[in-house]
Amino acid sequence: MSGVSPEQRTVSLFGDREVALVDLLDRLLAGGVVLAGDITISLAGVDLVRVSLRALIVSITPVERPEPSVGPVGVDRAALGPGAETGTAGGTAR
Amino acid sequence: MTAATPPAGTTTASYVYGVTRGLDPAALGTPAGIGGARVRVVPADPAGRAAGLQALVGDVDPDEFSARAVAEHREDLAWLGAIARAHHEVVATAGALAPVVPLALATVYLDDDRVAAAVAERAPTFAAALDRVTGRSEWGVKAYARPRASPSARAPASSGRDYLRARRTALHASETAADDAARAGEELHADLAGWAVAARRHRPQDAALSGRDETMVLNGAYLVADGEDDALRAAVEAWSGDERIAVELTGPWVPYSFTDPETVGGAG
Repeated sequence: MSGVSPEQRTVSLFGDREVALVDLLDRLLAGGVVLAGDITISLAGVDLVRVSLRALIVSITPVERPEPSVGPVGVDRAALGPGAETGTAGGTAR
Repeated sequence: MTAATPPAGTTTASYVYGVTRGLDPAALGTPAGIGGARVRVVPADPAGRAAGLQALVGDVDPDEFSARAVAEHREDLAWLGAIARAHHEVVATAGALAPVVPLALATVYLDDDRVAAAVAERAPTFAAALDRVTGRSEWGVKAYARPRASPSARAPASSGRDYLRARRTALHASETAADDAARAGEELHADLAGWAVAARRHRPQDAALSGRDETMVLNGAYLVADGEDDALRAAVEAWSGDERIAVELTGPWVPYSFTDPETVGGAG
């Protein structure tokens, strides 16, 4: 596994406990208030299954990362431009 | 708000970590956020200022958060992980001092004035969300199916027929165990949701990310009043002897999973 391994843990300042990245991503990608920012589209609704597949692929092919193969979903969302809602966010305040 | 705000299209942009209320900026200090940039407290514009809303903001490189850059990185675990950890550190640090409503990952504005305006525009939403989470914390409860040894799996098969029978028995036992574990997960969720202020289920975690082989049958989040931490621990502890599932408790979390009115409105 390159970069951040699933086992990698850090100390949270809230309650001073170890926080697993996967638990954090559950919350940060499916929670939080979604506002339409000026510059970026929100990362809410990123599919963690796709992320984990990508992580696996990267880990078993330690060659130079190919040109980021932005899937159809990513391209469509990017094409919507700044402020576009991702639409699949599980828990948003919109 | 400040003459030092750079014009659009230059070197920095304003990343918003969350919205809080009644936070003493001196108590917060200047914790490091994404890229090590110091985090500041930005009061919301007039409509929001009345409610005392404050945004937690740090500078980021606008190029890193352009639509194109985010599209390229959105499935890059190393990048996502680094952003998520930095975001969490800021939210958690502030959350230890005052109620915080986290924003979704990667909410970026041109400058602080734009942040203040955006928060002010949604002031009622944030005020209500802060009301809901004040004095409450989120706890995570995960449950995994316990692996169950199949009694017939080790018996040497003396014939093809015996082998098939043993296979069928083992398969049946494993299906039954999976059903039992799934049912136990439902029971556990109902138990905790019954008295939590609000409850929500996240999608079961992918084994590639969790590093666990066992099937996850519950990935729950529970909003709990701060005084009831011990009751929650006891409720989870009571499940530790269950032969169908293994249970894990995480928290307390800043209430990431309960920023949406709908998830808080209907518990369970």
